Amino acid sequence: MQTGLEEQLGLYQKRIPIFTRSVKGRFRRFKTTVLALAYAIYFLAPWLPWSRLDAPAQAVLFDLPGRRFLIFGLTVYPQDVIWLALLLFIAAILLFFVTGLVGRAFCGYFCFQTLWTDFFIWIEHTIQGERPARVRLYRQPWDREKVLKVGGTHALWLLASFWTGMTFVAYFTYAPQLVLDFFSGQANAAAYITVSILTVSTYAAAGLMREQICTYVCPYGRFQSVMYEPETLAVHYDAKRGEAAHGRASARAGQRTLAERREKGFGDCVDCGLCVQVCPAGIDIRDGLQYKCISCGLCIDACNTIMDSFGFPRGLIRYDSERNLASPEPAAPKIEWKRLKTIGYGVALILMSAYLVYSIGSRGSYDRTVNQIRQPLYVVLSNGDIRNRYQIHITNKAAQDQTYVISANGVPAGALDLGNFRQITVKPGHSGLVQASVRLPPALAARTQHFELVITPLGKPAEARSETVRFDAPGIRP
Amino acid sequence: MSEQKLQSQTVQTTGHAWDGDLQEYNNPLPVWWVYTFYVTVAFALVYWTIYPSWPFGKGWIGGVSNITYVNSEGETKTHSWNTRALLMEDLNKAAAAQKPYFDKIAGMSYAEIAKDPDMNGFILSSGKALFADNCAPCHQAGGQGKIGFFPNLTDDDWLYGGTFDKINETITGGRHGYMPAFGEVLTGEQIDDLANYVASLSGIGHDAAKAAAGNTLFHGETAACYYCHGADAKGRQVIGSANLTDNIWLWANVPGTDSAAGKVAAIRGVITGGLNKGVMPTWAGRLSPEQIKVLTVYVHELGGGQ
Repeated sequence: MQTGLEEQLGLYQKRIPIFTRSVKGRFRRFKTTVLALAYAIYFLAPWLPWSRLDAPAQAVLFDLPGRRFLIFGLTVYPQDVIWLALLLFIAAILLFFVTGLVGRAFCGYFCFQTLWTDFFIWIEHTIQGERPARVRLYRQPWDREKVLKVGGTHALWLLASFWTGMTFVAYFTYAPQLVLDFFSGQANAAAYITVSILTVSTYAAAGLMREQICTYVCPYGRFQSVMYEPETLAVHYDAKRGEAAHGRASARAGQRTLAERREKGFGDCVDCGLCVQVCPAGIDIRDGLQYKCISCGLCIDACNTIMDSFGFPRGLIRYDSERNLASPEPAAPKIEWKRLKTIGYGVALILMSAYLVYSIGSRGSYDRTVNQIRQPLYVVLSNGDIRNRYQIHITNKAAQDQTYVISANGVPAGALDLGNFRQITVKPGHSGLVQASVRLPPALAARTQHFELVITPLGKPAEARSETVRFDAPGIRP
Repeated sequence: MSEQKLQSQTVQTTGHAWDGDLQEYNNPLPVWWVYTFYVTVAFALVYWTIYPSWPFGKGWIGGVSNITYVNSEGETKTHSWNTRALLMEDLNKAAAAQKPYFDKIAGMSYAEIAKDPDMNGFILSSGKALFADNCAPCHQAGGQGKIGFFPNLTDDDWLYGGTFDKINETITGGRHGYMPAFGEVLTGEQIDDLANYVASLSGIGHDAAKAAAGNTLFHGETAACYYCHGADAKGRQVIGSANLTDNIWLWANVPGTDSAAGKVAAIRGVITGGLNKGVMPTWAGRLSPEQIKVLTVYVHELGGGQ
């Protein structure tokens, strides 16, 4: 062993820069469509108007000070947190379900890391040119051209990152006012802090770190193996066809047509390296399925382009399953869903989605809780009557003021005393508290163990709801 | 691409060899990891500047972020960041947020407060907190009191009157209930007669003959009970004497026993020993007039008032 080898070895692994070549094809078109759609939704949603009585006219507004989320006609209150739990559950199950079927489709087409990286690469490509131009620029010294082009790229990245942060904050406050306040220095400190953090993190994640986020930061790629099954469709290189008996070989004269290659024992892969050049993760798909692969399908597009130009059949790199690739007679790849795991996830997905839709659809216009005051459980009055007291809490979930009338079933008329407030008017999104007391003569009190308190929104008798409450009297043990 | 392949496919070792052939792979950390470490170092430096950090001499370096608050003595204090000062600042803010309500209450009559739904909500929440802090140690959390010690505020019997003004007077000035001990003035038999009479007033099982004798004693000059409790035995709110004809018991633990003899015995105990423990402290000076006003409405609502 020679001495001093440590000095030659790096203690830290530098990022190997990746210059992706642009490519045309089905998957590129699909990615671009998803990107355009996702950006349209993300960047435009806070600017959609929606007239509201008691909040700014914004269609999607997460009103944190008011403790409510306004999403078009729906108002979500903290007590609806079960919806968030359901949504997260559905998202997780959907992820497992889709991954079991078609691999890491989320990573390749929908993940915001992928979308933003894609957009940033597009900026880089627009300013600095195609891959060879970018590699040349990378290698050349810092002259005027390089400073302008690289500086311009980073400036645009920062601008895009900044607007990403601004848009995020715009979901939490009235967007036009935020933009005005932000640039006149009057916005909330939280707005400045959030925008700064998001600008820096977007710039770093989509501009500088890119595939390293997927490789080192995101845990998802690391456990893809537990979600993949032999039947799972994933981006695969057909090694049997590509390598054949004597491996891949370039398309020199004499081994250009399929017939010539078959004769010499070469595979269909012409080793052009385009699949590696287009890969945003910087991997070689021909090494097989690997955790760094985000399954974006760009290598499929690249390979198909080359196959077309040589007149070879398409699909040397394709979506296929490990089982099909390993079989002696590979069939046309298709989605295999008849598996216990997939069906289980599918059923869970349908049940949970149905429950979420039902829960949102069947929500009443108000929430109520009735609590018996337990200190004391009952009071003996001077004439011997027994009094129990109750607190009725009403939260108005409708979009306008609502008056509620409270009545009682199962006790004589006049036994219910509501003090000064026979009915209560509650503002939208607010809660009202009513103190009720029920007074019964001792004989009746001994017989009455339960009765009903009825809450009726004024003018909406169909929405009346009753709550059964206890009535306690001395000597009665529950 | 070729360098890339080289790096990913050649496994490097650190160069050491132990026992002839034992080697160690070199798996370098990604370099951004190191940058993240530098960022945390920079963060720590900023943090030390803003918040208290290092011990220094007998104290510590306080940092530049200060908290200014007004303490309970009304002095304005500025202190380097700490959670205790933060709490004081929060309490100041809470008091400032409540101030408009208290200011509004100061200018409202009780009738107006009772009819205002917004005020009702404020009284229910702030009154509950004030009651828990100041009143609950004696009157218990729900105002139910304790027989033999503290009156129940949730029933409809008011020793000193249950109007807003009377409740306010009680809280502001405090009360001192007193009943002389008759054990040394009357014979045991006379006290037994009186106890039976008092039991008869609220329909508790009693000896009719003794009760009749007690009736005479009650209205006669020997015991002179009527002097405080009134000829009808319904008590006088001016001096806080108890109404003996209703079902409410504060001092004699009548509801605590099921036997008629036990109930009479409980009444006899009070007549024999008298009372000198019905003391409620004065709250003027400890609570602001507005706080007392809030408590007045809260207590009024507990028992329905008068």
